Parts: sequence; structure tokens; C-alpha cells
Amino acid sequence: MSEPTAAVPHHDYEKVIKDSSKEVASFETKRTALQKLQNFLHTSPSAVSLIVLVVSVTVFGLLLGSKFFSAFSLSLILQQVAITGIVGAAQSLVIMTAGIDLSVGAIMVLSSVIMGQFTFRYGLPVELAILCGFVTGAACGFINGILVSRMKLPPFIVTLGMWQIVLASNFLYSSNETIPSQQIQADAPILQFFGNNIRLGGAVLTYGVVAMVLLVALLWYVMNHTAWGRHLYAVGDDPEAAELAGVNVGRMLTSVYTLSGLICALAGWALIGRIGSVSPTAGQFANIESITAVVIGGISLFGGRGSVLGMLFGALIVGVFSLGLRLLGTDVQWTYLLIGVLIIVAVAVDQWIRKAAR
Amino acid sequence: MAQEPILTARGLIKRYGRVTALNNADFDLMPGEILAVIGDNGAGKSSLIKALSGAIRPDEGEIRMNGQPVSFSSPMDARKSGIETVYQTLALSPALSIADNMFLGREIRMSGFMGSVLRKLDHKAMERVAREKLSELGLMTIQNINQAVETLSGGQRQGVAVARAAAFGSKVIILDEPTAALGVKESRKVLELIQSVRSRGIPIVLISHNMPHVFEVADRIHIHRLGRRLAVINPKDYSMSDAVALMTGAKTLTNEAA
Repeated sequence: MSEPTAAVPHHDYEKVIKDSSKEVASFETKRTALQKLQNFLHTSPSAVSLIVLVVSVTVFGLLLGSKFFSAFSLSLILQQVAITGIVGAAQSLVIMTAGIDLSVGAIMVLSSVIMGQFTFRYGLPVELAILCGFVTGAACGFINGILVSRMKLPPFIVTLGMWQIVLASNFLYSSNETIPSQQIQADAPILQFFGNNIRLGGAVLTYGVVAMVLLVALLWYVMNHTAWGRHLYAVGDDPEAAELAGVNVGRMLTSVYTLSGLICALAGWALIGRIGSVSPTAGQFANIESITAVVIGGISLFGGRGSVLGMLFGALIVGVFSLGLRLLGTDVQWTYLLIGVLIIVAVAVDQWIRKAAR
Repeated sequence: MAQEPILTARGLIKRYGRVTALNNADFDLMPGEILAVIGDNGAGKSSLIKALSGAIRPDEGEIRMNGQPVSFSSPMDARKSGIETVYQTLALSPALSIADNMFLGREIRMSGFMGSVLRKLDHKAMERVAREKLSELGLMTIQNINQAVETLSGGQRQGVAVARAAAFGSKVIILDEPTAALGVKESRKVLELIQSVRSRGIPIVLISHNMPHVFEVADRIHIHRLGRRLAVINPKDYSMSDAVALMTGAKTLTNEAA
């Protein structure tokens, strides 16, 4: 059957088939501009957030002039969203599977505390302490993954519990003690590695920013060009279909949550670079901020749709609004109010775009 | 027949709570044949097929392939043994492209460094093979192999699922209602495909409600009733109304047919 052979009729009613039209189905392309836009956005999920980002940078640039539209200010935004961006990358993976990870911020803080305390309390070589931090992050994620994939518990509940457990462990273990920046600088500067920076003209790029960009680029590659990435979309889209089609859904979910924990540990290390010290009270809102970035970035909470690039744009939008409104001298509550509006608009747009497929 | 069956099942039992879906069911598939499985709604056809394709694990009973006992704990196990299934739900991921769906779980990686270290997928090769398989089927009027499956019509989706099974099934292909969502012309294509797959020597299990299709292509007909095999008949010896009467219990078999 190399060529589609002419159908041989077996039943009376099939005899007329040979006279049937040979035309290939073609569809009317007379669409309204709005429908075209809807279809375009459906095929390029991160476009909405990119457009919003460009528009908001332009608007604030026009309002504030060079105060905002300078290499220094723009790179400041990048520095401010670096942590959210890294944690958001972890969150993107989990939300892509139609789950949610509320424990990301807590895992990040615990990992950073372990990196600091193992170095200073037990005198471990700092590299080993950092490795221990990564192992801790991955282990927390692994437990989340097992509970979600094997015990079939809802991700919201699992990670809500894990958030409390990890955060409490963090306070109990560290006895709420902060390791000051000067001590780290003197004895273990590598903990502040991500605080180092590159200067390009007026722009100041910390290694944390570079790490965020590289991580997002890496995940974009993995999600689009590896089997694991394709399986991630398939599992988020329809886990039953994915299972029947030959994807090991349980193992996939476990690996996603474990990887999320590992990325959170990276964020913990970057957090030390950002704030200088190791503080068990830092990054309290990282989970909410990461979910905000993911949602504004157009990744669907129902799973299977979106791009990690969108998450980066989402994080940047929040950063642009925060800095822009602060430079305008408005009350900080306006920032929260507008971000709230953005979240709801983003989800509404997501629903509207989904209709393009119907 | 002196031949040994390629796939057999003996005494399969599957219970869902108080419902018994399979009640001591037997099954035999001979090499190179098309075996149709018919039965009323709720007779347990789907459970039987799921047990054979690894989607469910029977509570009791034994499945043998080429005489060797096998135990499938997942559809992947069955696929590794060469059993490929087209489920009624089609098991396609709506947001992924046609090519991605066809190769889900057995992607082709780039050769060399890009593939072995960077795990990069060879999208071009997968697209080419997918396109070949679809045009072999003659089912598709698709311009873009990269379009998401959710943009396809029901019949086109079914075509993708059938093409996937035909492309990879090496020992047995199971088709659960493959023509249910198809038009007259597309159904004809699928029936032709079934016969061309058989001419390659691969046996097929066909579950269908469409009696004309069943009687046209099947070598033997397995009639399932109340969770077990009632009879296996030769379509040349019985009429369609006999078959319907048997599967609904309107008539019982007097002389045991082979």
C-alpha cells in the first residue's frame, strides 16, 4: 500500500465511492483579524506575555524617561526577578503537569540554610555543603513526587503540607539564626558566587541573572527538543492517554517534582548571593511570586500548555511594574493591585485562547 | 488447525468491586488471522482487550504469547512484546503534533553527540516517517504534520492512532472500534489497511459493532457474552443475524463450532 489504492467496494452502498470528489479538504481562510490573533496566540503561548512586557516597558519608559529607560534600571529589574525566575522555572515544570508546588520557597530557604550551616556549624568544605543543599532540595522534591505519583494525593495538598514541614524544619534546624554576610565573605565566598557581577556599560548583571537566563534557555531546549520534554506536555495534557501511549506517567511526575526541588536548591544558593547572608526568614513569598510569574506568563494551570519563556516574561512583567511604579512614586499597594488584575486577565486570556482549538 | 496460537488467555477474571467484568474468559489468536471480537455492550470486550494489551492486570488467569506465560504490568510491557493497541479513546495527546503523538514513548534521537549527550530529538526523521505512514494509510488530507492533534477531525484523529499502531505493531495489532468515528470512505481505507497488515503476516484483533465490516474481514469471530467467550464461529458458516442472536442470547449454539 505505498499508493493509496482505489477503494474496492465490498458493499452495495460503497459502490458510489469511486465517483466521489478527490479534492483535498481546504478550509476558508476568511477569518476576522480577531480570530487570526486568537489562532496566533494559540500556537505561540508565550506571545501574550511578551507583548505585555514590551508594552509595559514602553509605557514606563515614556512616563519616566531615562530614569527608567537606562541600562542600569533595566538590569536592576533583572536582578530583582532572578530568584523569582529560577523558582518560577521549577514551578513551570510542575504546573505543566497540571500540578502545583507550594513548597518551592520553603525548599529554597532550607537548601540555603543547609549550605550555610553545614559550612559554618560543622566545618564542612563549602563545596560539600553546597552539594548537601542540592541533595536536600532534590530529596524534598522527590518526596513530593512520590506522594503525588504513587500515593495519588492531590499536588496542592502534598505541597501545602510539605511547605509547612520544610519551613518548620528550617526554623528548628537553624534556631532562627542568620549567618552574617561578612562572615561568609571572609570564610566561604563561594556561597555568594551568584552575587558576583558582570558590568556591561551601565548594566549590572549578577551571576544570578545569568544563571536564571541559562536555566530558562536549558529548560526551553529540554521541553521542546527532548523526549522528556514531549512527555511532560503529554502528561499534563491527558495523563491517561499518555500512559496508554507508552509514557511512564508515575516516573515522569516523580522526576518533575524532584527536578523542581533541585532547581529550588539552586535558587537557594542564588538567594545567598542576592542578600549576602544566610537567613532562614528570607524568600517567604517565593511560592506565590513564582505562581504569579507562571500564570502571567501564560502557562495553563490545567497543564500541558505554555512555555517556560512565558514564565520568564511573566516574572519580568512583575519586575517592570514594581520598579516602574516605585519610580513614579505611587503607593506600593498599587503594584499589588495591578499584579492582581494582571493575574486574572492572564487566566481570562488563556481561556479565550483555548477556544481557538474548538 | 495444527498451528499453535500466538496469543492465548485462559481463565481471565477481572472484578471491579462487585461487578465482574471478566468471568473465566478464554481467548485464542492464531498467527496471521483476523479475529473479530463481538459482544453486547457490557459483555466485557473492553476488559478483555485491556488485559491483553497491558492496560489492566487481570485478578486471575494466564496470558501466553507464543506459548510463554507473559505478565503485562503496563501498556509499555505489551508494546515491548510487539502488541500494539488502538484504544477507543485513541490515547492521543491533543496539544502535541501528529508526529509527536506517533512517536510518543519511542522518539527518534539525533545520531552522534547531539543525540547521545544532548538527547536532542530528530524532529525531521520523525516527521518524515509519520508522513510516510499516513500516506500509506491514504486516510489523511493533512497539509501540516506539525499541526496539533486537537485541530484534527475525529476521523483524522482515528487515522493517526491506527497509523501509529500499524507502524509499530510487530506481533499483534489490537483495534478497538477502529471505524466507529469514520465515514464510509475512511472506513474502507481502514479495512484495507487491516487486510494489508494481515498480508504482512501480523495477526489482528478487531473489536467492532459493525457486522458488515466484521463479516467482511474476519477469519474467525469470537463472541463474548456475560464476561466470557461464548463461542468462536467461522463467518462463512453463520449469518450476521445468527451472530447477533448469539451475542444477545436470543439463540444458543447447538453444535460446538471450532
